Amino acid sequence: MGRHAPVAAPGTPAVRARGLRIVRGGRRGVVVVDGLDLDVPAARVVGLLGPSGGGKTSLLRAVVGVQSDVTGTLDVLGLPAGDPRLRRRIGYVTQAPSVYADLTVRENLRYVAEVLRVGEDRVTAVLRDVDLRHLSGRTVAALSGGERARTSLAIALLGEPDLLVLDEPTVGLDPVLRRDLWALFHDLAAGGASLLVSSHVMDEAERCDRLLLLRQGRLLAEGAPGDLLERTRTTTAEAAFLALVEDGAS
Amino acid sequence: MSPLPTTGRVLRKVGHDHRTLAILLVLPCVVLGLVGWMFSGTDVVDRFGPVLLGLFPVIVMFLVTSVATLRERQSGTLERLMAGPVRRGDVVVGYAIAFALVGAGQALVLTAFTVLVLGMDVAGDLGGVVLVAVLDAVLGTALGLAASAVARTEFQAVQMMPLVLFPQLVLAGLFLPRDQMPAVLEAVSRAMPLTYGTQALQELAAGASLGDVRGAAGAVLAFIAGALVLGTLSLRRRTP
Repeated sequence: MGRHAPVAAPGTPAVRARGLRIVRGGRRGVVVVDGLDLDVPAARVVGLLGPSGGGKTSLLRAVVGVQSDVTGTLDVLGLPAGDPRLRRRIGYVTQAPSVYADLTVRENLRYVAEVLRVGEDRVTAVLRDVDLRHLSGRTVAALSGGERARTSLAIALLGEPDLLVLDEPTVGLDPVLRRDLWALFHDLAAGGASLLVSSHVMDEAERCDRLLLLRQGRLLAEGAPGDLLERTRTTTAEAAFLALVEDGAS
Repeated sequence: MSPLPTTGRVLRKVGHDHRTLAILLVLPCVVLGLVGWMFSGTDVVDRFGPVLLGLFPVIVMFLVTSVATLRERQSGTLERLMAGPVRRGDVVVGYAIAFALVGAGQALVLTAFTVLVLGMDVAGDLGGVVLVAVLDAVLGTALGLAASAVARTEFQAVQMMPLVLFPQLVLAGLFLPRDQMPAVLEAVSRAMPLTYGTQALQELAAGASLGDVRGAAGAVLAFIAGALVLGTLSLRRRTP
């Protein structure tokens, strides 16, 4: 992706965690991630998978720099997570679509475009990318869940980010749209962007270049989807995951 | 970066919401109309009208602002904004400008209604009354922004209104002139922003000019600035 030249040396992972510990919920909160080491390779579509409650959202919030009580090492694009220089280079889609329900799709996009100081042409371009041009004048409150999710995704794409952090972006979308969005994700990665996509739907795993399986705040396994299937002698990501869980328990 | 994108967004949102607009502009007129009707034939509207003109904006804008910002916190839109390059002060000031404009509109409509329909005759400077009413609206917004940082749920946000505003209303000198209060309460009232807005409006109702109340108006402005700083500092990029 063109706008921001990566400052990190080639080969630097998009996200690098060492001994990462995250406490969610403040002083009396719970430790959701403890002693996590992981690398998210750059310019790839990396899936962060695991059951809900496994620490996926907390990890993503830490990566984009909005999670407090994060200790250990967490580098993003070669800078410590939360560094002000990263704010322009990261696109973030929260789990619930973060859109203003009483504004139209285009008004939502225009607001963030003004904040990022990008032009109307970018607004039109991302609306095309997520296939929402025909709905651009509609109030978000009148959209379906999937259309809202795409509006939220479009907003994250506006700034042509070097790293896209997507928290369950395809929940509630029909199969055709899901296929199209995954194709878009791979297009973005081919253009040099790094994508970290969380999902608890195991059948999406096969669409990723690389998988990180997270369970109870720990990395259960990582690798290319094919390798994981081979290693566990299974045929689906779900079966592989179950095999790994039982393996770890024994 | 500037606060204006946020101002524009908030105003567009209010503009789409016709019911809220109607409530903001019409409801205070209805309530003041009841007061005028109840006391028709007396000079109550002339004496207390100006003070009431300042009370509506501060209460209404406090509620509107704290609920609107809390909704933004809960919908995830604030979380995404905080992950991006927007400055925290720009978000707070952007909100303040937008709701200040709405509050100013409310104050103007309400003043026009009270003067033209209820026949309020202000002994002092009418322009001064409008100005202080607008300042009170901005004050309500600024206090609402600061309070919404403390509230975690919408229940708490609504409870902030009695917590923050009621003591101010009681001690502002509406029910008992401040010089007749026990010394401790009089001292407390001096630390409360609404006291100065009310004092200015009372003096204007009694015949003061804008110049006479500039000290009190300045105090309201100082409280507005303080509340905006507080609102900015309490807006955290990282949340638990």
